Amino acid sequence: MTALLEYAIVGGLLYGIFFGLVAVGLNLIFGVMRIINLAHGEFVVLGGFGAYWLTSAFGLNPLWGVPLAALGAVVIGFPLYYAIVPRLQRSRDPEMLSFILFFGLAQVIEALVTLGFGPDQRTLPSDALGSGSPSVFGQAFPESWWWAAGISVVAIVGLWLYLTRTRLGFATRAIMANRDEALATGISVDRVSSIAFIIGLALAGAAGVFVPYLQGSVAPGIGNDLTTTSFAILIIGSLGNPIGTLLGGLVFGVGSMLMQTFYASWSNLVPYVLLVAIVLIRPQGLFGKSVRHA
Amino acid sequence: MLKSNWSRFWPGMLVAALLALVFSVAPMGYGNTSLLFMMMTFIVLAQGLNLLYGFTGYLPFGYVGFFGTGAYAAALMVMKLHAPVWAAVLAGPLASMAIALVLGPLLRLSGAYFSIANLAASQILFFVISNPHMTGITGGPYGVKLDRIFAPTASYAAMIVLVVLTTLIAAYFRYSRFGQGLRAMADDPVSAEMSAIPVVRMRLMAWLTSAAVAGLAGAIYAWNLSVFYPDAVFSLQISIFAIVFALFGGVGTVLGPIIGAGLLYALYNAIGISAPQYFQLIYGVLIVGLVMFLPEGILSLLTRRGINVF
Repeated sequence: MTALLEYAIVGGLLYGIFFGLVAVGLNLIFGVMRIINLAHGEFVVLGGFGAYWLTSAFGLNPLWGVPLAALGAVVIGFPLYYAIVPRLQRSRDPEMLSFILFFGLAQVIEALVTLGFGPDQRTLPSDALGSGSPSVFGQAFPESWWWAAGISVVAIVGLWLYLTRTRLGFATRAIMANRDEALATGISVDRVSSIAFIIGLALAGAAGVFVPYLQGSVAPGIGNDLTTTSFAILIIGSLGNPIGTLLGGLVFGVGSMLMQTFYASWSNLVPYVLLVAIVLIRPQGLFGKSVRHA
Repeated sequence: MLKSNWSRFWPGMLVAALLALVFSVAPMGYGNTSLLFMMMTFIVLAQGLNLLYGFTGYLPFGYVGFFGTGAYAAALMVMKLHAPVWAAVLAGPLASMAIALVLGPLLRLSGAYFSIANLAASQILFFVISNPHMTGITGGPYGVKLDRIFAPTASYAAMIVLVVLTTLIAAYFRYSRFGQGLRAMADDPVSAEMSAIPVVRMRLMAWLTSAAVAGLAGAIYAWNLSVFYPDAVFSLQISIFAIVFALFGGVGTVLGPIIGAGLLYALYNAIGISAPQYFQLIYGVLIVGLVMFLPEGILSLLTRRGINVF
């Protein structure tokens, strides 16, 4: 019993740290641009298929998927930002319209991935990230899980340093606080936002590289679930702060693993119940905006 | 802009009568009644979603939750209580309204938070109903079987009645004081409240009406299908279709969702079943294009030219 509990908690921490990375890109894009990237999960899936392509076509280590995700984010994100975001932000209701627009984009990506790779689940070579199982408190987890958690921590701390220690990061946080005033102080809002947009996509893609290890496989149809789970984590954590998302991921990860260990058939309810409970119980807390004023 | 009762309501009655006529006559010339039935189902769902989104601005991404609840309420009435068909069908909207009441606090959330939380709520319903541990009660993942009440013609007729009913409700929303109040709240809830519009109560009314429409549609759908798995009535695809169809036609109007559902469902049948990826690609591009260039739907091509669309 204790062993099982320890297993669930250690596994949940690793799983949760990784899910912090899955969600953090969504947080950044929402925080800076106030648009809902409903295609977030599909970008994660793209990252997973990128790694699959590198390993199956070139025999490369899947970790090369991380730089590929960054490159892909620049190539896709830059034109996408300028094609969509400035126009959306001039519209009547940017938040709601972006929600629908990115939903359409998610359909496009899912269709393209299905056309390119087929609808099947894909896995990565299981020993590519080391075949050992380092253990903590006597609980062994595959090396790929440690890799995923390690890279997630590096990426999230890196993002936090970017936001709190660099000039561009200051500008990004100024836009998060108030877009119009940031514009008035001479910050080049579109340039800074487009960089944040690219970073958000790159983080999603990098997380995707590890999805086949943590979830068992990657398939074109799982984007939706990843998006909703990311939303749950984003809402548990706090907006704009990557460390908050990491904590949100931990709550989700440990919660999921405990359920999976003790009530397996109910474990897929965890993110949804957490999401509904938190928005209903603390609508004002972490999100002033989520309260209506009438 | 409030006109006399008759001149306000005749367009709604005309549209409803035309729909009833088309769907009553069509099965005589066209053999695929299940396609016609599905098209009616989606007209109802797109219109029901329009009642909420088009008039209050709340986009229920988990709208399918009400549809599935209605379907399961009807199925359980038949299987567990051996209820007659009319009682089973009525149980649909009652159950979905009960769920809507429980979820009522979600209306405190704004914009995307509401949509996401509503989506999560529909997923919770789905996972609970389809859970293997619930097999004894809901049939779990193995679905339900209602062959005792199987009646394709009667259920088809019931769906025609629902199409008419939903169209009339939409016409009421569009041209009554109630509907104008709703739209005033969507524009600016604070000012609406100050103009003595009971914001919270009216929003809840719209929410319950919209849920009841979907629940009734679900119940009639279950009756028509009579054997189904939980994912057939809880698939997120159903929410998505309702949203896209309503947006494509134009929300906030009566004709928009009808035209959107009619055209796009026909398109879906032409290519969506044989080549689902291409269909997904097309409607993805369509949504992106709509939001970018025609955020008010295709009917706005007319309104922009000063033609008043019903």
